[in-house]
Amino acid sequence: MQQLTEIRWHARAGQGAVTAAKLVAETALELDQYMQAMPEYGPERMGAPIQAFTRISTIPIEIHNNIEHPDVVVVLDESLLSIVDVTRGLKEDGVVIVNTCSPAAAVRSRLGRTTGRVAAIDASGISLDKLKREMPNTPMIGALAKATGLFEVDAVCDHLTKTFGKKFTQEIIDANVASVRTAYEEVSIDG
Amino acid sequence: MATQKTVSATGNAVVADAMRQCKPDVMAAYPITPQTTIVEEFAGFVAKGRVHTEYVTVESEHSAMSACVGASAAGARVMTATSSQGLALMWEELHVASGMRLPIVMANANRALSAPINIHCDHGDAMGARDAGWVMLFAETAQEAYDNTIMATRIAENPAVLLPVMSCLDGFITTHSIDRVDVLDDESVAEFVGEYAPQNALLDIDQPVTHGAFAGLGGPFFEFKRAQRDAMERSREVISSVGAEYSELSGRPFGAVESWGMEDADVAIVVIGSTAGNVRHVARQLRAEGVKAGIVKVRVFRPFPYAELAAALSGVKAVAVLDRAESFGAEGGPLFLEVRSALYDAETRVPVAGYIYGLGGSDVRLELIERVYSDLSDIAAGTAQPGGFVYLGAR
Repeated sequence: MQQLTEIRWHARAGQGAVTAAKLVAETALELDQYMQAMPEYGPERMGAPIQAFTRISTIPIEIHNNIEHPDVVVVLDESLLSIVDVTRGLKEDGVVIVNTCSPAAAVRSRLGRTTGRVAAIDASGISLDKLKREMPNTPMIGALAKATGLFEVDAVCDHLTKTFGKKFTQEIIDANVASVRTAYEEVSIDG
Repeated sequence: MATQKTVSATGNAVVADAMRQCKPDVMAAYPITPQTTIVEEFAGFVAKGRVHTEYVTVESEHSAMSACVGASAAGARVMTATSSQGLALMWEELHVASGMRLPIVMANANRALSAPINIHCDHGDAMGARDAGWVMLFAETAQEAYDNTIMATRIAENPAVLLPVMSCLDGFITTHSIDRVDVLDDESVAEFVGEYAPQNALLDIDQPVTHGAFAGLGGPFFEFKRAQRDAMERSREVISSVGAEYSELSGRPFGAVESWGMEDADVAIVVIGSTAGNVRHVARQLRAEGVKAGIVKVRVFRPFPYAELAAALSGVKAVAVLDRAESFGAEGGPLFLEVRSALYDAETRVPVAGYIYGLGGSDVRLELIERVYSDLSDIAAGTAQPGGFVYLGAR
């Protein structure tokens, strides 16, 4: 694995992107890696496009600026594709993961990506099925684990159980873990 | 070394935790972005009985610092936190706290001052208070913000010092980012800071004293100020010994000035706060390309470490100073002025270039730092002169 991986999250405020950025960072910490997670702070309005960032690294992280050239881009809301340049600065061999019903190959042509990896997952559908509400953040982490190989899906589920255990019922924890696992299994990957 | 636990937390969360571990008797605070989560977390500790602090909710920062002054004069260990406009509103009490020699510890989440309104990081708030007589520490990371808070308590309360200490961390960048931090166990911190033994406490009725008395014409005002200066000078030695003791406890180094690559550097950047990390990152890359780049991070701004800075910079061919604050009408930002002053007595006159960067949270992209090092290489080679006023990356 390369030393530093930079992940940029695109979402609409309220979809749980900041929690997802944090969960991934904390999962990395449990694997004794170094990590950072930060939202880009601005006026908070439900539904407004937002960005969040996660850095994970095998060595201490010194940089604190926004992520300009991510290794991975995660898009929690498909409607952002027409209003935000989500792949801006994405490394040539980078990975982009989108919450969509379309297959990965269709997302690739929509994004005009000729290199790297494109992954697609119906995270909204999975969360509606498992959680009975649209909260695509945790399934996107399952898709991220598969599409990048950054960590095992079990590591995410273990951490999620531990951290959600403090504030949610067993039912909600189980539904989230099931969302992560389903997304991990079902993600469509191109390249 | 103490037992430590590795946690994932924001800078504000670990500052609040450090304050809890230092067990203040009183906290008087008013919330302001991006400091709010410090006082919010701390209020939670009080509510849960995890710390037995008298938590005073006040109606403004003016009142917050007034209450801190009163409580500290009474003989309590006192802490608070603020940011930006809040610090500005405390202005008169900042001088009262230092003039009355009250060892208050305050976290400041560095944020731009209005106008225009902006909630993001720069050092304009703290630099505006640099002559208020407070010891000033700056953190690069959440880890340093945690460590500085604990050291601040010992420095402030040292009988040779008795000055308030402001512990600064970069707004949002450090206050709100989740980072990997090693925290000490409660017992080790309690033992390190010790019980507070107030001097001249108003509540010590066996030894009645007056605080903040009139010292007008013919009075000892002038001598009071000299005593304050002497205390600030004595704090140098205290900061250094507290830092050494804390390093022993935590295993983490501490210096008023922290250098990287300066043993044989041709070009060096002097910087404060989180940007030091970005600069070190770029310096490492340049080293790999054969550029002898170095960095000097200033962790203590008051008292300013002139001797350490001059020593660190001896032998370089060109220096750049990055300021995240303005001093309109001056030749450069506050750090630039100090660095040039520190180098005045040096044997050879090193060219010093000043840059203003990152005001109001303007992002410090790595290519901007690369540009500064590239400018320095030109200056060192004699093909360019430092000069003018550079607003790094301004559109």
